[in-house]
Amino acid sequence: MTTLPPPSAKKLGLVIDLDTCVGCHACVVSCKGWNTENYGAPLSDQNAYSGAASGTFLNRVHSYEVQPPILKDKPAAPAQLIHFPKSCLHCEDAPCVTVCPTGASYKRVEDGIVLVNEKDCIGCGLCAWACPYGARELDEKAGVMKKCTLCVDRIYNENLPEEDRQPACVRTCPSGARHFGDLGDETSDVSILVAERGGFDLMPEQGTKPTNKYLPPRPKDVEPEYDILAPYLEPIAEDGKGFVGWLDKALSALPGGAK
Amino acid sequence: MHPAPSVIFFTTFSGLGYGLLFWLGIGMPTPTGWVAFVFFAIAYIMAVGGLLASTFHLGRPERAIKAFSQWRSSWLSREGICAVATLLIMAIYGAGLVFFGAEWTILGWLGAIGALLTVFTTSMIYAQLKTVPRWKHWTTPTLFLLLSIGGGALFSGNVKIAIPLFVIAGALQAFAWFHGDGRFNASGTTMETATGLGHIGKVRAFEPPHTGTNYLMKEFIHVVGRRHATQLRIVALVLGFVIPVILLLLGAKHVLGLLAVVSHVAGILALRWLFFAQAEHVVGLYYGKR
Repeated sequence: MTTLPPPSAKKLGLVIDLDTCVGCHACVVSCKGWNTENYGAPLSDQNAYSGAASGTFLNRVHSYEVQPPILKDKPAAPAQLIHFPKSCLHCEDAPCVTVCPTGASYKRVEDGIVLVNEKDCIGCGLCAWACPYGARELDEKAGVMKKCTLCVDRIYNENLPEEDRQPACVRTCPSGARHFGDLGDETSDVSILVAERGGFDLMPEQGTKPTNKYLPPRPKDVEPEYDILAPYLEPIAEDGKGFVGWLDKALSALPGGAK
Repeated sequence: MHPAPSVIFFTTFSGLGYGLLFWLGIGMPTPTGWVAFVFFAIAYIMAVGGLLASTFHLGRPERAIKAFSQWRSSWLSREGICAVATLLIMAIYGAGLVFFGAEWTILGWLGAIGALLTVFTTSMIYAQLKTVPRWKHWTTPTLFLLLSIGGGALFSGNVKIAIPLFVIAGALQAFAWFHGDGRFNASGTTMETATGLGHIGKVRAFEPPHTGTNYLMKEFIHVVGRRHATQLRIVALVLGFVIPVILLLLGAKHVLGLLAVVSHVAGILALRWLFFAQAEHVVGLYYGKR
């Protein structure tokens, strides 16, 4: 049924720390690996070994340059490079679910995960049109819509050791930039992280109420006025003597010489 | 948005087909026998042809029957139901006219309402999308309906009605283009809200996720064809409305009438191409594109 269920108490999702993400794409690779080898149609590639390669991915990492504004009395702060992983945000008001004509797309009542029942999907693509985040991709080979499952086949999987019962992207992230948990529970680790770090929604004006949150990059250190090493690096001889002193003065006296 | 030929063909011809069915349903005209057969055949070829074309863009068309199930939430599902129900009702109404010379008025009016609902539900598939600010506007369903009953009036020989409808539709289309040009910026969705990084400063796409293209870029970021948009808008207005109106004013007898039809259909195809090619999806912002 593609009408949305009432908001669930449990809201499983991800918290992505833009401060610590190093843009290594390990989450992209582990996601593609797990979701090709396990639940549902594999994530196909087209022309993988040609110049025009493309393929289905449930998680992609963009990189953005953000230039702080130039203020009147200060030089512009240096631009920041921010790596930006993006996958399904498991929205509370998921527009992708309600547009589905077949009932293939649904939001789980028990934990809020948005899934596609691939056996019912006709590949019309309308859910991808309705998603503002580009979270859904139609697999060219299978002809059905693919999206992040929050590794629903890992997180409840009792055949896996407990430390592996989290999404593949979170498990693999080497910099600890991805966190998985219940964002409906205010006392959970992820909720505390969001509260403390000022986690935010993507495109809040679209009214989708995403479950996944992003943590902002911490402000860059302000460069100090002085160099802590400066006392040790002070010129030993301010007014040189002897040959070096003469050479310094003679070169400075030349046209264009340093004073 | 990617202007897929199947979807352009579908919206154009099913719009015209259901427009013709609307006029036949309300009894303008009320042909019988062979004349009725020809009228209904033209309407069904366009309506069914358009619907079949729309299944070509499905990944798994063999499961299309499942699309009738979610009418409570999905405009696409509602459209499918309206489309098929209208075709069934009008088939009975048409059979009455063709084989029995009987005019089952109530069925005709039911079919006419169904035809309008079909076109309206089609237009709402696009107009509901907040992700495409150009489409999410009252002009989208209004134009779909106007173009459908306008084209239907031309096909059904209601010349005196077709002329004012074309004038209104042409003017509204021009307004929709003009107003639509500013709606993406007016929507408030920017690279800064998309990334949530606007509090730091101006955001620029530095590196895309992959060196190649992907489904999202192919489907939602169509840049190539927008270059000739202004010329195509003029072509669409002239072919779709100006020439047909002049030809109809000159007298809509056979050859001129046929020319008016050909010109109008060509104009609507151009207009629908622009409808998709010029629509910008907010997901393009993640790629620094529109």
